[in-house]
Amino acid sequence: MAEYKWPEAEKRTLIGKRVSRVDGPEKVSGKAKYTYDIKRPGMLYGKILRSPHAHAKIVSIDSAEAEKMPGVRAVKVIQGPGTEIRWAGDEILAVAAVDEPTAEDALRAIKVTYEVLPHLVVDNDTKAAAEMQMARQAAAETKGEPDKAFAESEVISEGTYGMPVITHCCLEPHGSIAEWEGEQNLTVHISTQNVSGIAGEMARPLEIPAGNVRVRMDHVGGGFGSKFGPDRWGIEGARLSKLAGGKPVKIMLERDAELMVAGTRPSAYARVKVGAKKDGTILAWESESWGSGGIGGGGSPPLPYVFAIPNQKKQHTAIQNNVGSSRAWRAPNHPQGCLITMGALEDMAAQLGMDPLDFFLKNIDLTGQRAEIYREEFNIAADLIGWKKNWHPRGDKTAGPIKRGLGLSLHTWGGGGHASDCDVTIHPDGSVEVKMGTQDLGTGTRTTIMMVAAETFGLPMNSINLLIGDNRYPTSGGSGGSTTIGGVSASPRRGSVDALDLLFAKVAPALKAEPADLEAVGGMIRVKSDPKRALPWKQACAKLGAMPVTARGKNPGPGTLTSQGVGGVQMADVSVDVETGVVKVNKIVAVQDCGLIIDLKTAESQVYGALIMGVCSALYEERVMDAATGRMLNPNMEFYKLAGIGDIGELVVHMMTGKGYDERGVIGLGEPPAISPTAVLSNAVANAIGVRVPSLPLTPDRVLDALEKKGGNNARI
Amino acid sequence: MRAFEYASPTTKEQVVSLLGSQWGEAEVLAGGTDLLALMKDDIVHPKRLVNLKEVRELRGITYSPGQGLRIGALATIQDLLDSAVVARSYRALAQAAEGITSPQIRNMGTVAGDLCQRPRCWYYRAGFGLFAKDEKGESLVKNGDNRYHAILGNSGPAYYVNPSSLAPALVAMGARVHVYGPQGAREIPAGRFYLTPSAEGEREYDLKPNEIVTAISVPPLGGMKNSTYEVRQREALDWPLAAASVVLRMSGNTVESARVVMGHVAPVPWRSTEAEQFLVGKSINEEVAQGAGNVAVLQAKSLSRNAYKVQLARTSVKRALLDAARGGGR
Repeated sequence: MAEYKWPEAEKRTLIGKRVSRVDGPEKVSGKAKYTYDIKRPGMLYGKILRSPHAHAKIVSIDSAEAEKMPGVRAVKVIQGPGTEIRWAGDEILAVAAVDEPTAEDALRAIKVTYEVLPHLVVDNDTKAAAEMQMARQAAAETKGEPDKAFAESEVISEGTYGMPVITHCCLEPHGSIAEWEGEQNLTVHISTQNVSGIAGEMARPLEIPAGNVRVRMDHVGGGFGSKFGPDRWGIEGARLSKLAGGKPVKIMLERDAELMVAGTRPSAYARVKVGAKKDGTILAWESESWGSGGIGGGGSPPLPYVFAIPNQKKQHTAIQNNVGSSRAWRAPNHPQGCLITMGALEDMAAQLGMDPLDFFLKNIDLTGQRAEIYREEFNIAADLIGWKKNWHPRGDKTAGPIKRGLGLSLHTWGGGGHASDCDVTIHPDGSVEVKMGTQDLGTGTRTTIMMVAAETFGLPMNSINLLIGDNRYPTSGGSGGSTTIGGVSASPRRGSVDALDLLFAKVAPALKAEPADLEAVGGMIRVKSDPKRALPWKQACAKLGAMPVTARGKNPGPGTLTSQGVGGVQMADVSVDVETGVVKVNKIVAVQDCGLIIDLKTAESQVYGALIMGVCSALYEERVMDAATGRMLNPNMEFYKLAGIGDIGELVVHMMTGKGYDERGVIGLGEPPAISPTAVLSNAVANAIGVRVPSLPLTPDRVLDALEKKGGNNARI
Repeated sequence: MRAFEYASPTTKEQVVSLLGSQWGEAEVLAGGTDLLALMKDDIVHPKRLVNLKEVRELRGITYSPGQGLRIGALATIQDLLDSAVVARSYRALAQAAEGITSPQIRNMGTVAGDLCQRPRCWYYRAGFGLFAKDEKGESLVKNGDNRYHAILGNSGPAYYVNPSSLAPALVAMGARVHVYGPQGAREIPAGRFYLTPSAEGEREYDLKPNEIVTAISVPPLGGMKNSTYEVRQREALDWPLAAASVVLRMSGNTVESARVVMGHVAPVPWRSTEAEQFLVGKSINEEVAQGAGNVAVLQAKSLSRNAYKVQLARTSVKRALLDAARGGGR
């Protein structure tokens, strides 16, 4: 029975090293094909007619003219007369035509009449939501004795904190190409985070066996939690294809649709009261929070976040408004909980006249089992940003309009590996194949799987032929919730160990050794006790004879290869122009643990990416809904703003590795570093300008408003 | 995008003969950085596009000490940035061009295109029309989200802001817009080129449907100090939230006369004669510059969501003046 564990640190040749991603050259040269790039022979273009109203009943649909248009191959009603439409952008009808302009002409020729109904699209007005019966008391909880604790508190800090709805804004929009072979077999190229899971979700509505749905994807231009399902447009694309005699139909969302209907992160706002002793001991927390995740209502942020304050009173109201439902967005609910909590605690530190680093460390035991990790990480982050030298009490008192400030935060996430199967095959010619029904979101999944297999076989990475992005390969999980790396590293490790055992059994006689005495090191199969007795890899594989050997690697499985639970801290340094309200990021430091790191370089990249997304949502991103028309006003990248390279500032990433970390096994990293950035930037701005800007994004209008109204509860959210 | 006819003439006479007598029949295509997006979003849907890029006489930037600068309508933003004389003698214009931080727009977008781009008002771009009214005839902008809208000249029905990056500097410098149409050539002072329309279907500038901008001429500034300051939130391409261009005729350290023009605060580039008069006879320092900024926004009336822009306009004037007085690069 083989032993399933990661190699000891001194024996690792690849794991933990900085390895450049294997698909980098393909991507930067434009050779990599994304779903958007795929063009099939005879392919038709699908377009969706969307509701212009946020709330309406469909009275009639007349598509006769469109159906007669030359070049139109299929027209299909998605939601017919009588249906109640509950958000602008909802799908009404789909067409397929020989090219995009013809499909657009067809949509313009379709006449839909609506009975327009009252709508609510604002996400922060609990009163208006209650009047329309669109507010729901989502959570109310009391712990300890909050009233008593507040009465005993020597210092009380109150504030308002929040973040608006943002979208995923994937640079490659959602979409797919569907084509039928006969009546029963469907092939789908789809931009997805979930290659193995799509077939089942498509098969049910299309009434075909899931095994008849082939799903393919080589590269994806971003998902961030919004690309797990085939979506209604994916299903309808397949239906259009069938109507058009099985011809491939491509539906990729336009940029405005991508921003309107393909996923959002719920908003969250809170009025918070914190009570503490003069020495900084936190005693009590009270919060009244609200927010919206669209028509579905959205989640409730974990409050207080990470700090288990002994006495708490909290309630949350979910506003269910007339916009499309939210989807998972990197660490669902955590960024909201983090911003509100870290903001409120930082405000308390300011009220106490304490350095927030001292204040956080004084209360660090409230974070529970990871207290020591946070302490260690804070010390490292403080060194990297020069906290002791650069921190000043709230409000930069230096002359001139540019004010500088520092902020900090901490966060946590699970990140255990998901279920993952793979087949590892050693061929008699010495080639090695790994097949897994996973996908590389751009995070380095390909690279890490190849590193694990190469490490196990003692081979260079380029001798591993990795096949992913196809649901005909063994089933692996969706890439989300930071569950990917644990799954896709553990299963090939187990599979490679088992395949190697099969090879050892065939090679052992030639080396006059027991199979258990063999090891694969440096391109050789050799006898552990007598390394001179060895065969080069290729010659060893020739002993297999005619047939390859294949082992199925699985996760979960024997041995501790992955676990969960991480802590990270971040610090930020910003400059704010108090005459214009413009915020510039000088530097963000992220210190993060995630157990054993497979590829240090792509792990660091994952953190850089999270920080960049954090800069975007802290400073720029906001879905702007027009109250009167119920429409989104900024479904484009001119006014749905993301950071450019000049806006990001210096990013410093420090990964916790070595003893105390490596032995926990592999843990996911997609979510944790994406949690704190908005909190550190909000806190840094408060430190710079002396007042809290209650709500993100930290735009000139909000910054100037907070300065004018002295921040806190007075300023506009 | 809807189907359209495409014509690519080589002379300006051919161009005007291909343009229609009504707005909406034809559009001229230069860099296309605005027009193509408007067409894709179905905000404008011309039956014919008339490509200007083969009309050679519309290209190029020339300078003579007596006549000053002549910028062909097809000169790109990058051409402006590459021009040594613009950098040396027309700093405010160079600074405005630098504010267009997209390499794609710098390389494709033209100077006349920057002047004639349509408003960036998000109600207009969503298809609600230039004046964006609801079914009761009420302004969606006035009652809605007007954070990027006008604080001056905003008595309605126009609430958008003039989107041009270059216009404030050109107006401040006393530039002239050269226009060609069926009746031949005419010239318009840049300060009178922009109009505030009062009916849908009218344009925001003084051109007939069959007229085109052929060039912009800027007189020699003769050592007048000048500068542009824009407040943009991002380094990445971002429309200015407010901007100001100033040109100062100095006598020693004293302002003899001044031009102060604010951008992105009104439906037209907004010249503040109050600020100009305030500056006469003063030497520029922090206090005077702040005073001019204060005076420049005295008439401002903010809408429900854009009061912050008053402060941004004030700061733009102040910083443009201080930068002009220093005379150094930004």
